[in-house]
Amino acid sequence: MSADPATAAAATRIAAAFEGHGRRAALMPYIMGGFPDLEASRAVGEACADAGADVIELGVPFSDPLADGPVIHDAGSRALAAGATLDGVLDVCETVSRRLPVVLMVYANVVLSDGPEAFAARAAGAGAAGLIVPDLPHDEAGPLRAACDDSGLDLIPLVAPTTTAERLAEIGAEARGFVYTVSLRGTTGERAALPPELPDVVARVRAVTDVPVAVGFGVSTAEHARQVAEIADGVIVGTRVVRAAGEGGPDAVRELVTELARALD
Amino acid sequence: MTAVGTRPGVERRFGPYGGRYVPETLIPALDELEREWLTAREDPAFGSELDALLRDYAGRPTPLYLARRFSEAAGRPVYLKREDLLLTGAHKINNALGQALLAKRMGKRRVIAETGAGQHGVATATACALLGLECVVYMGTEDMRRQRPNVERMRLLGTEVAGVDAGARTLKEAVSAAIRDWVASVEETHYVIGSAVGPAPFPAIVRDLNRPIGDEARAQVLEAAGRLPDRVIACVGGGSNAIGTFAAFLADDEVELVGVEAGGDGVASGRHGAPLTTGARGILHGSMSAVLQDVDGQIVEAHSVSAGLDYPGSGPEHAHLRDTGRVRYEAVDDADAVAAFRRFSKLEGIIPALEPAHALAWVLANPAGELDLVTLSGRGDKDLSEVLALD
Repeated sequence: MSADPATAAAATRIAAAFEGHGRRAALMPYIMGGFPDLEASRAVGEACADAGADVIELGVPFSDPLADGPVIHDAGSRALAAGATLDGVLDVCETVSRRLPVVLMVYANVVLSDGPEAFAARAAGAGAAGLIVPDLPHDEAGPLRAACDDSGLDLIPLVAPTTTAERLAEIGAEARGFVYTVSLRGTTGERAALPPELPDVVARVRAVTDVPVAVGFGVSTAEHARQVAEIADGVIVGTRVVRAAGEGGPDAVRELVTELARALD
Repeated sequence: MTAVGTRPGVERRFGPYGGRYVPETLIPALDELEREWLTAREDPAFGSELDALLRDYAGRPTPLYLARRFSEAAGRPVYLKREDLLLTGAHKINNALGQALLAKRMGKRRVIAETGAGQHGVATATACALLGLECVVYMGTEDMRRQRPNVERMRLLGTEVAGVDAGARTLKEAVSAAIRDWVASVEETHYVIGSAVGPAPFPAIVRDLNRPIGDEARAQVLEAAGRLPDRVIACVGGGSNAIGTFAAFLADDEVELVGVEAGGDGVASGRHGAPLTTGARGILHGSMSAVLQDVDGQIVEAHSVSAGLDYPGSGPEHAHLRDTGRVRYEAVDDADAVAAFRRFSKLEGIIPALEPAHALAWVLANPAGELDLVTLSGRGDKDLSEVLALD
């Protein structure tokens, strides 16, 4: 990582969120930028901050989101139909990042259409602290990681239960911010229970990295959040939060995130 | 000639194009597929089983036919590589049989595929029926409506057709749905992708499995005409029949290679399926290639009268061959393709699929050289209702 002061500041921001939350694990809700529309998504972000979230993942809608199940896919499509643009979502990022660290979850084509350097600079300019690119696996991520390092962003890697030990070691060694551990084989979406092998998966990840380990995909209830907090440093709740935003707007999200936060106290 | 002889390693990149832009969950499966393909294609037992199926079951080698009256209309001899005569009526069976055998070799009992017009779906359903594999084909519900007979064919062959309701409910969404299924089922399932697209190693595998088209055609034209053609022409959607054809002629510098894309309402209209002719570099369905997209990097829907060319992306090797100048890519509009479909049918007694009708239209509109070879990638029975509806 470069010694640039801006870099140090952003890196510190995600690290500080993991160190200073004062609960059993950091609470990390995912919201879809521009869903149901831009202003509502700004209010949803604020509601997450009000309710005690530690980090926000802000989704940039994409036409073809391969890692997402039907609820987030549909939210992204509706955001685009309602006129969401990258500029609009970055504007939401700027607002929300005044309250807490924002990690943009964005698909590779959106990142690379301007080139990795330009995208990283725009994201950093909008106050983002990091990027998650679910269709940019480790082998393809080199140029973007360098661009993020130069712009003071953490490029957060994902690992899956299928990731081999050899890959895991490489990914863990190069990780920035935290390691996003995908709990299951499949796309985002609510599930009835956490996979039984999750503690083993998280232990394998922890063994190969110095940064915090967060778990997402399928984490759907306060009880799931409590279980994840026993083994990981961060709890990512996506589809359940997006569903609340669609069904009841910022108020429903505030209520849900409050409940999740209580489960982690 | 064998279907899968000795060739260079499995490419992950073609110049800057290709790669593996997929969720991490799939990477180990892509690694496994790459390893299996490397060993399978060097394994004489695999090669001879595939060759025997292609010959005795699917109908290879296909004839090379010197078109009688179409050559007159074009003003020079035009040879046609007759992939329309294969079982299931198109070149798609080459890839489907090879990948279904590969699935069996990997011990995967379940196969998934996507389909637009239904040709790849029918080919995969056919291969799975033959080999006793469970098969699920994803298809946009709009395509299911337009291609009802192919839906019935797949069901008759024992395949489950899974309707996809997202977006425009056509091929792009069907590919996305198949990839999502694969992310969740990767350990017991093989994804038989239908064109030379997707994450590595799929573009290379699909090319290798379609290479008999070009290898046969090259030997046949040398035998029949005593020389190589001046131009080799094939239609390009994802680009599997074209890359299988071109692969055999890439080293023949004197042979001009032409890929013909879907011009839709005209490339100037913005409603077309011609990413190689017009598109910027982008990532769709796991690989970097030429892609139709807006300024924010959102993928734009393609438009074509031909469902097989109605796709906003293209194979990564084609994008590279375009950039190096080895292959020239041009677009033919819907109206010209349909006119060529009708004219060719009357001249030759062969009803071509709408996809290669684009290549035939290009040949009529671009007189040059002394000898053309066109890959007639499929027959047009599937397109009758679409074309008759234009009357």
